Amino acid sequence: MDVVAKAWTWLATGAHWAGPDGVWHRLGQHLFLTFACLAIACAVALPIAVALGHIGKGGALAVNISNAGRAVPTFAVLVLLLLSPLGTHGQWPTIIALVLFAIPPLLTNAYVGVHEADQEVVEAARGMGMTGGQLIRRVELPLAFPLIMTGVRTAAVQVVATATLAALPGGGGLGRIITAGFRLTDTPQVVAGAVLVAALALVVEGVFVVLGLLLDPMRRRTGRRLAASRRPPADQAPASPALTT
Amino acid sequence: MADGNCLISNEWICGEYVRTRGQELTDATLEHVWITLASVAIGLLVAFPLALLARRWRAVSGPVLGLTTILYTVPSLAMFSLLLPVFGVSVAVVITGLVLYSLTILVRNIMAGLASVPEEAREAARGMGYGPLRLLFGVELPLALPALMAGLRITTVSTVSLTTVGAIIGYGGLGNLIYEGMRSFFKAEVLTASVLCVALAVVADLLLLALQRLLTPWARKSRKGTT
Repeated sequence: MDVVAKAWTWLATGAHWAGPDGVWHRLGQHLFLTFACLAIACAVALPIAVALGHIGKGGALAVNISNAGRAVPTFAVLVLLLLSPLGTHGQWPTIIALVLFAIPPLLTNAYVGVHEADQEVVEAARGMGMTGGQLIRRVELPLAFPLIMTGVRTAAVQVVATATLAALPGGGGLGRIITAGFRLTDTPQVVAGAVLVAALALVVEGVFVVLGLLLDPMRRRTGRRLAASRRPPADQAPASPALTT
Repeated sequence: MADGNCLISNEWICGEYVRTRGQELTDATLEHVWITLASVAIGLLVAFPLALLARRWRAVSGPVLGLTTILYTVPSLAMFSLLLPVFGVSVAVVITGLVLYSLTILVRNIMAGLASVPEEAREAARGMGYGPLRLLFGVELPLALPALMAGLRITTVSTVSLTTVGAIIGYGGLGNLIYEGMRSFFKAEVLTASVLCVALAVVADLLLLALQRLLTPWARKSRKGTT
C-alpha cells in the first residue's frame, strides 16, 4: 500500500495545510457551509414539523418529501442550480441545495417524534388544562427530543456529505482537495482528502450523538436506570430505514 | 427550426438534443441501470448472510450494525476516492462503494423482518418437522418479505441517485452526462440526464412495489379485508 504511505506524507506536510487551498481554509469553508445550512434548514423545517405533528396531520407529506429527497441525485440538483440564473450569485446554489437536502430528515423525524409522543401523557396534560402551546413546550417537545435530535444528526451528516459534492462544480470545502487531486492525477492527495472528509463526517456524527444524550430533557427527570433502558430503542429508531435518508 | 436553435441558444429543454444524442443517452441510462442492479444484487448477497450471522450471535450484531452505520456516514465522494487505490480507475470502485452503502439499510431491514416473524409460526413449522433451512426459506423469509422489500426499495432508490457521483471517475451512468454538461454549461444535457435519473428511481421503486405485491398475496388480501 504505497498510496497509503504517500497519503500520510501528504497529510504530514505542513505546506498542504496553509494558504487558500490548504486544509485549514477548506475545513473552515466546509464547517461554515455546514452550520449555516443546518441552521437555515432547522429554522424552516422544525417549526412546520412540530406544528403538523401537534395537529396530527401531514404525515404523508413528511414521508413523501423524505422519499422524494432520496430519489433526487444531490449532484444533479447542485449542477442544475449552478446553471440556473442563481449560479451567478456566488455560494447561493450550494447553500440552497444543502438546505433542500437537510430538510427531509428534519421534517420526518420531528413530525414522527411529536406525533408519536405518548398519547396518554398528552391526554393527561390536556386534562390538566394545558393550552396547545404549553402542551408542545412542556410535553411533546421533551418527549420527541431524541427523535428530533436524530433528525438533526442525520441532516448534519448529510450536509457534510453534500458540501463535499459542492467541490465538483467548483465550490469550496474539503471536497476541493479531492477534486484537485483528481485534476492533478495525484492519487495520494485524493486519498488524503478522502480521509479528511470521512473523518470530519464521523466526528460530526459523534458530536451530535453526544449532544443528543447530554441535552435530552428527559434525562434529568427519569431515573438514570430508566433513561439508560429507554435510550437504545430511541436511538436506533432513526437508523431504521423509514427515517434515515 | 426552433428545435435546431435550442442547441445554440442553450435552452433547458431541447428536443433536438434528445434526438441527435439519443444513442449517448441510451448508453448512459443502460450503464446507470446495470451499475445499480449489480450494486443492489451484490449488496443483497452480502447483507443476507450478515443479517443471519448477526441474528444468530449477539456478539456479531453489535460490530456489524456499528460498522455498516459508520460506512453509511462516509460521504460518497470520499468513499469512491478511498476505494480508488484498491481497484484503480474501474467500475468496481463505484459498485463496491454502493454495495457498502446498501448494507446499512439491507442488514437492518432483513433483521427487523426476521424478528417480526411470529414465534407461533416458527413453532408450528418446527412441529411439522421443518429443519432450520426449510424453516428459514419456507416460513421465515416469506413472512419477513414486506420489511425486506421495504429496505430493498429504499436501497435501490438511493443507489440510483448515488451512482451519479461515480462520474468523478467516469463510471457514473447518467452522472457522466451531468458532469459533462456542467463543464460545458450545456443546460439541456444536465436537465435531461437529471430527469432521466429521477425517472429511473421512480420506475425502479414502482417495479419493486409491484414485485412485493406479487410475492405477498396474503398481505394484500388481509389489507383488503380490513379496509
